[in-house]
Amino acid sequence: MDFLNALILLLNYIFIPALTYGSQLALGAIFVTLIYGILRFANFATGDMMSFGTMITVLFTWYFQSLGISLGVLPTALLAIPFGIFFMILYMLSIDKFVFKYYRTNKSPPVQLAMVSIGVMFVTQAVVRIIIGPSDQRFFDGEKFIIKAREFKEMTGFNEGLALKSTQVITVLVTIILVSLLFWFLNKTKTGKSMKAYSDNEDLALLSGIDPKKIVMITWIIAGILATIGGALYGLDKSFKPFTYFNNMLPIFAAAIVGGIGNPFGAFLGGYVIAFSEIFLTYAYKKFFMYILPESMEPESLVQLLSTDYKFAVSFSILVIVLLYRPSGIFKGKVL
Amino acid sequence: MRKNLNVIAAYSIMMALIILVGIFQSWNIALSIFNLCLISAVMTMGANIQWGYAGLINFGIMGYTALGGLAAVLISVDPVQEAWSAGGFDILMSLWLIIAMVLIIRFILKRFNKSKMRTYSIAVIIISGILLIRFSAEPGIEAIEAVNPAKTGFLGGFGLPIIFSWIVGAFFAGGLAFIIGKVALGLRADYLAIATLLISEIVIAIIKHEDWLTRGVKNVIGLKRPAPYEVDLQSTDWFINLVEKFNSGKLELISNLSDRQAALNQLVIEGSSIFVKLCYSGLFLTVVIILLILTQKALYSPWGRMMRAIRDNEEAANAMGKNVVKQHLLIFILGSAIVGIAGAMLVTQDGLFTPGSYRPMRYTFLIWVMVIVGGSGNNFGAILGGFAVWFLWIEAAPIALFLINFFTAGMSETHALKLHLIESVPYFRFLMMGLGLLLIMRYRPKGILPEKIEIK
Repeated sequence: MDFLNALILLLNYIFIPALTYGSQLALGAIFVTLIYGILRFANFATGDMMSFGTMITVLFTWYFQSLGISLGVLPTALLAIPFGIFFMILYMLSIDKFVFKYYRTNKSPPVQLAMVSIGVMFVTQAVVRIIIGPSDQRFFDGEKFIIKAREFKEMTGFNEGLALKSTQVITVLVTIILVSLLFWFLNKTKTGKSMKAYSDNEDLALLSGIDPKKIVMITWIIAGILATIGGALYGLDKSFKPFTYFNNMLPIFAAAIVGGIGNPFGAFLGGYVIAFSEIFLTYAYKKFFMYILPESMEPESLVQLLSTDYKFAVSFSILVIVLLYRPSGIFKGKVL
Repeated sequence: MRKNLNVIAAYSIMMALIILVGIFQSWNIALSIFNLCLISAVMTMGANIQWGYAGLINFGIMGYTALGGLAAVLISVDPVQEAWSAGGFDILMSLWLIIAMVLIIRFILKRFNKSKMRTYSIAVIIISGILLIRFSAEPGIEAIEAVNPAKTGFLGGFGLPIIFSWIVGAFFAGGLAFIIGKVALGLRADYLAIATLLISEIVIAIIKHEDWLTRGVKNVIGLKRPAPYEVDLQSTDWFINLVEKFNSGKLELISNLSDRQAALNQLVIEGSSIFVKLCYSGLFLTVVIILLILTQKALYSPWGRMMRAIRDNEEAANAMGKNVVKQHLLIFILGSAIVGIAGAMLVTQDGLFTPGSYRPMRYTFLIWVMVIVGGSGNNFGAILGGFAVWFLWIEAAPIALFLINFFTAGMSETHALKLHLIESVPYFRFLMMGLGLLLIMRYRPKGILPEKIEIK
């Protein structure tokens, strides 16, 4: 019984939150890795592009809510996401046309493209803040919990409650569907394969008749889908605040590099590696040990490896260690 | 003279802009912009040494700035005796433990060949060392933070004049750069950027949350000043006489004696804050000029030529027998140390240390915009970039407000769009920075004042 209580505790406070957070990071990390693999630069505007897509979704959600359209128990935002994606893709394609294309055709070094992406970051940040403002926006509606902690306790008779938020389930489900579709696309379709070929060896791909314009366009479209959905899921689960999105860029970069940059599957797993290690290392295990250890050995302190203030620092330290010992990432990406 | 015409023109325009602010807004604002421009110029010089001379990307500027600020606190604040007696011993013990750990790791690295065994044993030593330090320091930290937490709650500093911190800040930042350089300099350009950005975030996290050392987000206020205080000035005779002399023409127009006295008082209050700012300007200007002379000398020295050779073709320079790794590390440390000075200067000017205010937008990316806009590889360009971008950063809001009013002149005062735009005026500075950066990178990729190397 105590053992099961301890397990539920871990499930409730570590496993489910980490899985949700990891999914959100994973979508962002695949976005970074695709841009890196195919357009060949580190995109510092990642976080702010995600916030742009989320902003459009939020605006449409509010519009639908004002019309009285809703999905019942599901959040209305799910209905708004396709519109968000549409405008996001338009935004990304126009940025590519007016900004990035010039440097790509000139074959500028990746550093210069990264600098340009900083300019895009500033502009996007300004646009988002001017349109929706810098403060917290909540746009979640519908049923909040699937299982409430108290109901779970009454139902099963355990001491520990297990709460399951609907946003958590939606996040994980959507991520699984989206990522499997993406991998199917990359590995099975002709366009996906040509994208891979372009990423591996640009000259060879051009020789074999692959159209670079099409590849670049499809990359931005996929990136737009990933960025909007990843951002909207994060916003649904927590809340939408432009500054947090800018900050999230850092663990997303960490996830992409840890997973091996240029490797979408690596980025996907990298998101979970970062999320789980952040939460594992900063959780206070006192209650857990109270359940599994006999009373005499119960710990007095919190049994916390690192204080929660260092949550971000954990993921960055992992990144530094990976860069030192295995610079191509855990799952073999491009060699740096 | 002829060759430097564009430099002189650019600087005159910049100065004229600041003087215009002085005339139309107020001299107080103009001087505070000028002071921060000088500090920004120091930062851009540091970044320019790394990027312009050697082609190293350093996105960790925020971390070095914060360390410089920390130096200002540790040098100038008086030591808190109670805290030292409460937990000083534990802290010193942990310090010894850290030194011992580093020595053991160095010994292992030197003594044994590279193998899996060595890697694992080092990992074990680091992890167990961190746990040991945590356990041994915990009671000390708690005791220190319990000492009068509303006012102190930290160890304090050495109680020296704050000016010394500018040098100490440079050493702090240089030390951090040494560690980062050892770890990350082998990486390719954009990875170096990401790695330094993330490491600077770690530094900020530590400064924010190690309250026993820095007071963390509770901030340290009321740092000692190298310049006189306004309140003291307002009651000193020579200063009042000075203000009277300066404004004698204006004061003589007022015939009523008590009115004249009131006007003089007002002038003295204004004058005192301008005088204090001028003191700072003098100090900062000295630093900028000294650094400018040194960096110019370095740029045209054999060492500067070598750095450019390494930047332009690493392999060739390596083949000529130049130690690329060592030189990269050196220039990484030098540039970061300069940024550390700027960090200490910033805290000196503000008189307070607020770890929560260190954000990458303001302290890393903005500085990079300055370097790129001004002209990388050219010290005069970098300084100009610092001036121009900081000026725009501050004056963006008034400019945006003017533009909004101009373009929405036809709308009624209560039109929703107009109100919304006016409300979001502060964010137009991001838009201006971004557009400025994009335009410069597109149409003048070498910056306003491009790098110009004369071969004599």
